[in-house]
Amino acid sequence: MVVNLGIGLPTKVVDHLPPDFPVCLHTENGLTGIGPTLPADQANRNLIDAGGAYVSTVPGSAFFDSATSFAMVRSGRLDLTMLGAFEVSRQGDLANWKIPGKFSPGVGGGIELAQKARRVVILTTHTDRAGNPKLKDECTLPLTARGCVSRIFTEMAVIDVTPKGYALVEIAEGVSLAEVREATGAPLVVSDTTLPVF
Amino acid sequence: MRLPDKRCDMAAAVAHIKDGDTVMVGGFGVPGTPMALIHALVDHGARDLTLIKNDANEPGMGIDHLLQSGQVARLITTHLGLNSHAIDLMNSGRIKVEFNAQGILAERIRAGGAGIGAVLSDIGIGTELADGKQLVEVDGKPHLVETALHADFALIHAGRADTFGNLAYVATARNFNPLMAMAATRVIAEAETVTPLGALDADAVHTSGVFVDHVTELGALSKEYAVVQR
Repeated sequence: MVVNLGIGLPTKVVDHLPPDFPVCLHTENGLTGIGPTLPADQANRNLIDAGGAYVSTVPGSAFFDSATSFAMVRSGRLDLTMLGAFEVSRQGDLANWKIPGKFSPGVGGGIELAQKARRVVILTTHTDRAGNPKLKDECTLPLTARGCVSRIFTEMAVIDVTPKGYALVEIAEGVSLAEVREATGAPLVVSDTTLPVF
Repeated sequence: MRLPDKRCDMAAAVAHIKDGDTVMVGGFGVPGTPMALIHALVDHGARDLTLIKNDANEPGMGIDHLLQSGQVARLITTHLGLNSHAIDLMNSGRIKVEFNAQGILAERIRAGGAGIGAVLSDIGIGTELADGKQLVEVDGKPHLVETALHADFALIHAGRADTFGNLAYVATARNFNPLMAMAATRVIAEAETVTPLGALDADAVHTSGVFVDHVTELGALSKEYAVVQR
């Protein structure tokens, strides 16, 4: 499985994988086979991930240029990308690159990852800093891509984007269903069965 | 036969850059950014430049020196997230910024270097990155016309070079360098070491010296090339 980790929360995933975990991590600045991050005194000045963190290689890693890197992305070689989000809509639309008037650093590789990875999942806080839901009925911010998101992981819950809307899949220990509903900006579909707790 | 020697003094190489020129600059973050050539361009002083670079480095590093010296009128890029100074310049209208999807920037540069007028892709349709771009239908599907990018100059950083300008890059310092090295009228490469002809294995060459006009050896690397202490 080939997986790209987006800038922010997702890139931290690399340090939480067991050494023998069967995955090939891709970073858009030109590396397949990302290894754990390194402290500054052990870092290679020429070896970073797309977020600028100093990473390592693993046996079998490969380097390539930026055109090749995005050839992999656009041609469907990524099985999965994990991205951050400002907003997600009930239809799986994603907005994660621009807050007009406040934050507009550019889109980087975000559009291509969101539009072309075979599966797009979101790793985010359930609400923004002001406490507003990030999972909404419709996105209000400029979109990164439409209908791309299939699952959302937050500190409160795991939620799938389904034709019926947001469906609760797992819930965090100590969090109530009412709290998840309160923090979510659109109706939640909850199955009758007991939800797994993480 | 003997391949020509393209070694050149750095200041002499950048002296050809004129006011109003378009300059591609390699690098993604610190790796692959030609820090020394950027300083030489600051010293040279050409103004009203259009820079094409993946990112704007960080405040006080890389192309931020050219932003601080006021030499840049326009920046074609993908992401400025690590340089708050560049974002301030953009927001206050002191530089014009054109954002591209990262792989589309790479393909536009590749097209420019490959003698192709444009590439077609469906990336960004329905987003504001599609604004103003021509839409064409191929095989019944909509595509945006992404025009090729070509520059007057490219500033390239390589790990190793030979005197003909064959280049080899290191790790994630490759990024946009081999693409930009093909896409400019005049290509200036700095290398950490410049070896005699034959010392760089032909199979290890990433960019043929055919694309490179000037090559200059860096010698001792400045602190700007080092691991960033955060």
